[in-house]
Amino acid sequence: MYSQKLMDHFTNPRNVGEMPDADGVGMEGNPTCGDTMKLFIKVENEKIVDIKFQTFGCGAAIAVSSMITEMAKGKTLDEALLISKQDVADALDGLPPQKMHCSNLGADALRKAIEDYRKRGN
Amino acid sequence: MKRLYFDHVATNPLLPEVFEVMEPYFKGEFGNPLSMYDLGFTAKQGIDKAREQVGALINAKAAEIIFTSSGAEANNFAVKGLAMSRQNDGNHVIISKAEHHSVLNTARSLEKQGFVVTYLPLDKYGLVDPAAVKGAINKDTVLISITHANSEVGTIEPIQEISEIAREHKITFHADGVATVGNMEVDVKALGVDALSIAAHQFYGPKGAGALYLRAGQRILPLIYGGIQENGRRAGTENVPAIVGMGKAAELTKEKLPERMAHVKTLRDRCIEGLSKVEKVHLTGHRTLRLPGHASFVVEFIEGEGMLLMLLSKSIYAASGSACTSKALKASPTLASMGIPTSLTHGSIVFSFGIGNEMEDVESLLTEFPAIVGKLRAMSPFAKEGWRPEDMKTEES
Repeated sequence: MYSQKLMDHFTNPRNVGEMPDADGVGMEGNPTCGDTMKLFIKVENEKIVDIKFQTFGCGAAIAVSSMITEMAKGKTLDEALLISKQDVADALDGLPPQKMHCSNLGADALRKAIEDYRKRGN
Repeated sequence: MKRLYFDHVATNPLLPEVFEVMEPYFKGEFGNPLSMYDLGFTAKQGIDKAREQVGALINAKAAEIIFTSSGAEANNFAVKGLAMSRQNDGNHVIISKAEHHSVLNTARSLEKQGFVVTYLPLDKYGLVDPAAVKGAINKDTVLISITHANSEVGTIEPIQEISEIAREHKITFHADGVATVGNMEVDVKALGVDALSIAAHQFYGPKGAGALYLRAGQRILPLIYGGIQENGRRAGTENVPAIVGMGKAAELTKEKLPERMAHVKTLRDRCIEGLSKVEKVHLTGHRTLRLPGHASFVVEFIEGEGMLLMLLSKSIYAASGSACTSKALKASPTLASMGIPTSLTHGSIVFSFGIGNEMEDVESLLTEFPAIVGKLRAMSPFAKEGWRPEDMKTEES
């Protein structure tokens, strides 16, 4: 059901954890299936220098979270905002159709984290 | 890695002795049981014998067994065929929130044909209250269909009490016995049911074979019309090898049931004892009124599919009723009806044991499981703060 790449990110998720001194935090959830993702970013000179996630959800939700942290790390905020759900799915060699909407929360959580950072007036 | 298969409610492996008696019917004995020559006679004899064997397993007469293609077909046949056969008496059907989809969705289909269906709620153990059955009966009630046991939480329903109520009110009573027949003693006379569904693969028989027990004298309308097979009640050339296999599996089950039950019960009790000690892991269903090989839980703060995938990486096979594992992404109506909050139903996990499992296999599970729960909780935003997904408000919702 899942691609090898997705299983790798599920089994060995990158950048898991909390970040107490985060510059921005974004949370995104799907009330239907319960999947919930919390994303923390550390920003220096408009660049994401560190990123961490916590996720409640299925294999796809966890792999999506892991993948978006890899994709966003090192990017400028404007570049990071361009990452789409489809980009994340493609990077994982695809998601099963029924997981495309419920578990693909990464791009939205990242956008919210960036908005949160900007709201804080940094 | 040794495969630790703990998903016997999904299906069971075919016993070699069963395959052995099926094999000739795939090869030389290919005749149609209706044919008037030797090949036909042999096939018919195979089916007749199987009918005796399946009947004997549930204390029914051979003539009361109608072979079907599956437990689901038996359930469709019973719910539709029994309700339709009494259309002149009324249009009300009672089922429960513990039913398998093959009963639930068939009842829903009856609603589109003018029937009114009552869906009885469950208590926190997953039990249907016989008093609630009684309370739901009205002058139009023609059929009650309640599962003998629910395969998600393993709870065994009070079928005998419900059948007495049904009889008093002259209402036809069907029980879905797919989860129970072959896994515990089932005596249709003692239960007092008019009809009971059976699936062969639940007791180490082949897939593609099921049966409906129909009490002698009970009317039913066919689901499949055609020839005179199964006394005109279920048309279609018989799946002879599967039926023969079902018969053999029933015979072996009757012989070995006490031994099998004792074996899986020991494994189940060890599993429940061990996993209940893991923090924030809760048993679902009833502690004692449950299927002998069935242990089901909800695990707080994490989700079922993630658990299944991690268990699989340790070669452990289990099941979950979480929304994410269902293609429809919907939470189980059974768990919801038991009052288990959605946040917990996401973390549902079911282990069901069979004759191929050993105590050391269960011990391996007890060793691996806490680590898997720990790993997923370390990733969960809820583990530390105790948030629940439904507390989460998103902009979209």
